[in-house]
Amino acid sequence: MDKIRNLADLRELKDKLQSKTKLRDKSETPEQMVQIKVAMATCCIASGSRETMNYIVDELDKRNIDAVVTQTGCMGYCYAEPTVEVILPGKEPMVFGYVDSRKADEIIEKYIKGGMLVEGIIPVNYKKID
Amino acid sequence: MADYKIHLLVCGGTGCKSSESQILAEHLRNEIGNQGLKDYAQVVGTGCFGFCEKGPIVKIIPDNTFYTQVKPEDAKEIVEEHIVKGRKVSRLLYKDPKTEKIITDSKGMEFYKKQVRIALRNCGVIDPENIEEYIARDGYSALGKVLTSMTPEETIEIIKKSGLRGRGGAGFPTGLKWEITRQSPGKEKYVVCNADEGDPGAFMDRSILEGDPHSVIEAMAINGFCTGASNGLVYIRAEYPLAIDRLKNAIDQARHYGLLGEKIFGTDFCFDITLRYGAGAFVCGEETALIHSMEGGRGEPTMKPPFPSVKGYLGKPTNVNNVETFASVPVIINKGFEWYSSIGTEKSKGTKVFALAGKVNNVGLIEVPMGITLREVIFEIGGGIKNGKKFKGVQIGGPSGGCLTHKHLDVPIDYESLVAAGAMMGSGGMIIMDEDDCMVDVAKYFLDFTVDESCGKCTPCRVGNKRMHELLVNITKGNGTKDDIDRLMNLGNVIRDTSLCMLGQSAPNPVLSIIDNFREEYEAHIAEKKCPSGVCKALMIYEIVPENCVGCTACARACPVGAITGERKEIHRIDPSLCIKCGACMDRCKFNAVIVN
Ligand SMILES: Cc1cc2nc3c(=O)[nH]c(=O)nc-3n(C[C@H](O)[C@H](O)[C@H](O)COP(=O)(O)O)c2cc1C
Ligand code: FES
Repeated sequence: MDKIRNLADLRELKDKLQSKTKLRDKSETPEQMVQIKVAMATCCIASGSRETMNYIVDELDKRNIDAVVTQTGCMGYCYAEPTVEVILPGKEPMVFGYVDSRKADEIIEKYIKGGMLVEGIIPVNYKKID
Repeated sequence: MADYKIHLLVCGGTGCKSSESQILAEHLRNEIGNQGLKDYAQVVGTGCFGFCEKGPIVKIIPDNTFYTQVKPEDAKEIVEEHIVKGRKVSRLLYKDPKTEKIITDSKGMEFYKKQVRIALRNCGVIDPENIEEYIARDGYSALGKVLTSMTPEETIEIIKKSGLRGRGGAGFPTGLKWEITRQSPGKEKYVVCNADEGDPGAFMDRSILEGDPHSVIEAMAINGFCTGASNGLVYIRAEYPLAIDRLKNAIDQARHYGLLGEKIFGTDFCFDITLRYGAGAFVCGEETALIHSMEGGRGEPTMKPPFPSVKGYLGKPTNVNNVETFASVPVIINKGFEWYSSIGTEKSKGTKVFALAGKVNNVGLIEVPMGITLREVIFEIGGGIKNGKKFKGVQIGGPSGGCLTHKHLDVPIDYESLVAAGAMMGSGGMIIMDEDDCMVDVAKYFLDFTVDESCGKCTPCRVGNKRMHELLVNITKGNGTKDDIDRLMNLGNVIRDTSLCMLGQSAPNPVLSIIDNFREEYEAHIAEKKCPSGVCKALMIYEIVPENCVGCTACARACPVGAITGERKEIHRIDPSLCIKCGACMDRCKFNAVIVN
């Protein structure tokens, strides 16, 4: 590593490094962020949820969208895997089924960016108790 | 390489490390490797989370899962269940002691709800051994900013306006101290960081140095720029090996990146830092004694003035600040004085770190905004008194502070209110006592400490405190007389007024504040020869209740000194002159026939 010779050097280094700890800042205020949960149990992984998750994380980065992506257990809609839940700030959670990378792309572009609903929503028929 | 999608923050603070958190981190790394997730999940060793009570702590980002008391054996399950399958390991999650509810997200913990982390902003968030993580979170940008775009005067003005006051005990306005050092004539000046932390039970400064050493380094350099010093010294006690290692490593890294040394940020400013080790004497935390100790002399205080800012290390102007004071500086520069001074009360701005100890549920390290009440700290953040017992008192300010009680629970925590209540901010030790603690014994304990730690230079402290201690010992042995309370008060006031340094001047504080707030306990010891809490052994009398005794001889057989006599099936008797009050008879008796008076 070269020495930091001036403020510009520090800024450049910071920009390069920032993404490494950004996740930790984001997790401080999840309610203000787009939250995406990818179901990741054995069954989901077998249906390709890890690829979906990686795709989503990479694409969000590329498209500069601030979101917290986490994995969760099986959501129970095994017939529709991979399943992904998206919570936009202040909105009810939406669960999407059969999310491959094409579908994920659509969700990011239309629902997350534009707030428009896309096909493939699984009606949520339960309430969570905290 | 893409960034990691999951971060496993494993506490590497002294508390958690002593319960194998390092081995745990190793196991986690191995398991992640075994699962082929090396590029996906990252294990980071961090500083203290403050929740040492339930260590070792593992926090999983981004879902804020907070695992407590994690053992190396648990690594496999965490990785297989949580990281691979996304299922939280519920047996390791934190359970709220009051509601018995399992808390899956650290944001739901009472412990963190009322905290505002400024000095501890990076503790438990970054890897203290990696300067890049510090830089990624705005590290060294405050130094860069002041060096390249501000004058020393402007910088000092910001610190002054922020209202920051010394966190080492006395609460002296930090900006003003910097200004005085700047204005003191002299080519050679020094910046000293006081990391002696001699308060029993306190570990705020240690945790900052262990969890975020760069924040202190950066602030010392800023101070050097403001005061005109190019040498920094950290006086740290040798009993803090981990803090020393991390600090050394951080200094090396900063040098490597050109953030210490010559021509920092391309300016003419040069600054470097060296360490000095203290041998752990409480008095060496006092700034003049500390300076003498660094000069190679005896750790004894001298009269002030002259203050170190005028005449300090090697006779040169020396700016001495506490670790926590320094750690607050970079954020103030980055976020502005308006932001900092909006937190806290009128005269006490910002936040204060406290080490919670004693009989509270959540023992640990907390940072709270000034002005918060004792009640909020003890009953909300601290989670209340252990085992459902009753709260009795809280010692604030360590051996120099005072003991407050029920009626002070709503006192706001700030420099002035605490002094008005009869305690003081001190460096941040907070020891909570419950109904089982004897206050006379507590007073004796603290005085014990100061008598031990007195350097012996001045008579009031050396002799006076010893006499007070003798009076207390007498009282706890049942030999106190009616006039003892008055004697303690007179002696205490003289010592307060005539000792050379604050060690002596403040030593009587715990005794006097306990007389103020718990006079009836002293009186019970003196007049009734009784210790209401059953702590002072000499005042306890073990007796056998004749109605309950069946003459089974169990107690007599258990007594190690043969103090119990009595035939089979006859009532037994304890000879008080032989009894050593070990309690063995009481433990053994199945008929509740042994009682203590
Ligand atoms: C007996 C005694 C012990 C002290 N111990 C410490 C200590 O351990 N750490 C500390 O920072 N200040 C300690 N101080 C306070 C220092 O003398 C000094 O006020 C402080 O380091 C100044 O820094 P600040 O303005 O940032 O608080 C102690 C003072 C006395 C009288
Ligand atoms: S040492 Fe780990 S939480 Fe304090």
